[in-house]
Amino acid sequence: MAKLLHYSSLTKKFIMAIAGLFLAVFLMVHLGINLFILPITENHVEIFEIAVHFMTSNPLIKVFEIVLFGGFLIHIIYGLILQIQNWMARPKRYKIEGFSHTSFFSKYMIHTAIIIFIFLVIHFINFYFVKLGFTEAPQGPNEVTNNHDFYNMVVNLFSTTWYAIMYIGLIIILGFHLNHAIQSAFQSLGLYHSKYTPFIKMVGTLYSIIIPLGFIIIPLYFLIN
Amino acid sequence: MDLTLKIWRQENAQARGKFETYKVTGISEDASFLEMLDILNESMVDKVQLPIAFDHDCREGICGMCSLYINGRPHGPDQGITVCQMHMRNFKDGSTIVIEPWRAKPFPVIKDLMIDRSAFDLIIQAGGYVSVHTGGVPDANSIPIKKEHAELAMDAAACIGCGACVATCKNASAMLFVSAKVSQMALLPQGKIEAARRVQKMVAEMDDLGFGNCTNTYACEAECPKDIKISNIARMNWQFLIAKVGAQKMNA
Repeated sequence: MAKLLHYSSLTKKFIMAIAGLFLAVFLMVHLGINLFILPITENHVEIFEIAVHFMTSNPLIKVFEIVLFGGFLIHIIYGLILQIQNWMARPKRYKIEGFSHTSFFSKYMIHTAIIIFIFLVIHFINFYFVKLGFTEAPQGPNEVTNNHDFYNMVVNLFSTTWYAIMYIGLIIILGFHLNHAIQSAFQSLGLYHSKYTPFIKMVGTLYSIIIPLGFIIIPLYFLIN
Repeated sequence: MDLTLKIWRQENAQARGKFETYKVTGISEDASFLEMLDILNESMVDKVQLPIAFDHDCREGICGMCSLYINGRPHGPDQGITVCQMHMRNFKDGSTIVIEPWRAKPFPVIKDLMIDRSAFDLIIQAGGYVSVHTGGVPDANSIPIKKEHAELAMDAAACIGCGACVATCKNASAMLFVSAKVSQMALLPQGKIEAARRVQKMVAEMDDLGFGNCTNTYACEAECPKDIKISNIARMNWQFLIAKVGAQKMNA
């Protein structure tokens, strides 16, 4: 642990960037499975359940799960350490500040990060801890048959209007975080090129819109129906 | 122009300090910002009051001494210039101007608006040099250098070390300064040889001095009076990564 703290600021940023990009890619995989909650094919529930079964029972995925949790943990811990160091670097604040032109979402990364962390905790209580048997499955119009029955858990949660609205709000915040995160990760890794950086920035912005939109469509579908 | 000035006054490094309000009248809009402060100081001397201490030297925008944080921006509202080059026409008659010193833990206030920027010297001392004697001026083209590299090195070398990047960064990070100094040498053959050692030493010193970490907000690039680009930061990040992965372990 002490060694982790003693890494240089740049090394911490590299690790943050790699972990962050890994988490961003995971979001795409997560969305790919989640979209089968919607009636996009005739047997969408079946496909969703097969995917859930694969994700909860495959031994390779079990290893991946540990890597994923590691990614979250590293990203969160280093994010906090770097933020605390940043606060300490300016013990006396300005009377007037924040008038310099900056990339907008970059100023609120710690704030969006805290909200996403709260979302993560709620997400764990509603799904992962249910799977492990620590918490009760969400109740609602559908009966949850077992602690792996994520389809009915999702239906129950998104049938609750306040939950669906809260979920949409939190996903939008995640989009704000991603908007700065992706191009920032490339900059931290030193991958800057006058020709390709504008492309990376564009892809990052598109990713931060498309992925949250994909997640938002699902509760929206339940809200409308 | 008649103006109200809210200026940070602090007797010495240990004192708490506070804002004092001053009125200045009849200022020409063609006067520079520092000339306006000179006029205020002269009137204070006439009244047997202690004048306001502020950093300045060449007043030509090249020495990097002036360091005023004006209305929430280092070097004031004008783009790409130091405060000594900024004229009063950038402000409206009757407006209130808040003047603060750079705020960062490694830049302690010496008195009023004067700050100690020795931290930058320590970073340069840690590795911002070529440690071998490179001889006299070589004949033109005796060492082939790509024009693109020569220009990028020259652009990086334009950094005057004023500290506006640190002042404006929400994290008080010195990455733009350090990366400019790393880049200006790493891009040229004479500096390339020690590039790996240099970047590690300078980053280590920057961290030890207590500067914050870069979160890529790019405020530094927006406020730099010499238009130093954030591509230098990426170059330094890459060099550091290559140095850490590929270079031999450093001696202490």
